[in-house]
Amino acid sequence: MIWEVFRQERKGQPFVHGGSFHAPDRAFADAYAREFYARRQESVALWVVPREQILEIDEFPDEFDLKYRRVDGYSIKARLKEARERAGTAAAE
Amino acid sequence: MSDVRTAEFLEFVQAGGQVETDDWMSEEYRKRLIKFIEMHGNSELMGVLPERDWILRAPTLQRKLALTAKIQDEVGHCQLIYRVVEDLGKPRARCLDDLISGKSKFHNVFHYPTKSWGDVGVIAWLVDAAAIISQKALLKCSYAPYARVMKKVCWEESFHILHGRDTVLAMITGTPEQFELVQEAVTRWWEPLMHFHGTPIPADEDPMVHWRIKSQGNEDARQQFLDGYVPQILELGLELPDPKLGKNEAGVWEYTEPDWEKLTAVVTGHGPASQERLAFRALSRAEVDWVSKAMLPEAA
Repeated sequence: MIWEVFRQERKGQPFVHGGSFHAPDRAFADAYAREFYARRQESVALWVVPREQILEIDEFPDEFDLKYRRVDGYSIKARLKEARERAGTAAAE
Repeated sequence: MSDVRTAEFLEFVQAGGQVETDDWMSEEYRKRLIKFIEMHGNSELMGVLPERDWILRAPTLQRKLALTAKIQDEVGHCQLIYRVVEDLGKPRARCLDDLISGKSKFHNVFHYPTKSWGDVGVIAWLVDAAAIISQKALLKCSYAPYARVMKKVCWEESFHILHGRDTVLAMITGTPEQFELVQEAVTRWWEPLMHFHGTPIPADEDPMVHWRIKSQGNEDARQQFLDGYVPQILELGLELPDPKLGKNEAGVWEYTEPDWEKLTAVVTGHGPASQERLAFRALSRAEVDWVSKAMLPEAA
C-alpha cells in the first residue's frame, strides 16, 4: 500500500507534498512518516494519505470562456480613459 | 504521429518543461529515466555497506550515532528513489533482483573496500561532496517527482559532508599516526573520486543532458568538485597523488587522465569489493524476506 506524505515546515504554512512510501497499515504509516519526514524536526505536522484515497483533478477546460471570473477578464484601460476625459481629470500630456 | 509527439516532448523538456508521472512521455525518455534513477537508488543502498562495517568500530559513541544516522539517511534515500522508479513502471522487488544479479549497476565508489577509520571520514566528506554536486544538478531535472525527492536528499547530504569533514579534522589535529591514516585514505580514494563524475563526454553529446534529466555535463561536475574541494584538502597539509593536478591560466583544472577502462570494469562488477558487497546484499535480502512477506501480504 502506497502512502503520500504532505508536510508542513512551520506553523501557518501550507502543507506541501514531500514524497511517498510503502506501509501495510496506519500504524506503520505513522512510524515511517515520522522517521522519513520529521526525525530532524524539519516538519511540524504531516498529512499521510493512502494514495488511492486521493482524488486527482488535473484538467480544467474553459469551454464557456468564463473569463469574467478572473482578473484577465477585465480590460478597463479604454473605458477609464474615456471616463477621465469626460470628467476633465485626464493627466495633461 | 508518435515522432511528432516525441519531437514536441523533447522541445518541451529542453525549454525547461517539467514532466509528472501521469503525463505522456516518450519511451526512450522513460527507459533512460528508469535506468538512471534505478542506478541512483542502487547506489544509495550499496553505499551503506562500506559504512556499515564501521558502526561497531567507530572510535566514540558520538561517532557511532552519527554514522548510524547517516546510514539511516542513505537507506531512506534509497526507498524514496526506488518509489520514483516504481511509479515509472518498475517494481522495487525487480530493482533489488536486478541489483543482485548484476543486471543493473551502482556507483563506482561503492565497489571499493574501506581499510581504516580514515576512509570513513574521507568517504563522508569527499565522496558525499562529489555526490551532492551531481544531485544538486538534478534539482532541475525535467522529471519533476525525481527533482522533488532530490531536495530532501541534498538537504540530508549536507549533514554528511560536515560529519565527514569533522571526522577528518579530528584525525588531522590528532597524532601523526592519525594524520597518516587520513593521508592514506585520500591517496586511496583519489582515483575513484576522479572517476566519479564519469568520462568527459561533451554535454551536447550526453543523452542525459539532451533529455534534461541532468542539467550539467560530467566534466563540469568534476571541475566544480576540484574547484570546491582541492583547496580544502591542500590547506590541511594533505597531498594528492597526481603531479599534474593544477589550475591553468584559463581557470580550468588539469589532471592526469584517469583510466576510463578501469572505471568500466569496476562498475560492471569487477571492482575490488564488488562481488563481496553483492553477495552480502543477496544474503541480507534472503534473511529479511520473511519480514516483507509478513508486512506486505500482497508481496507474499
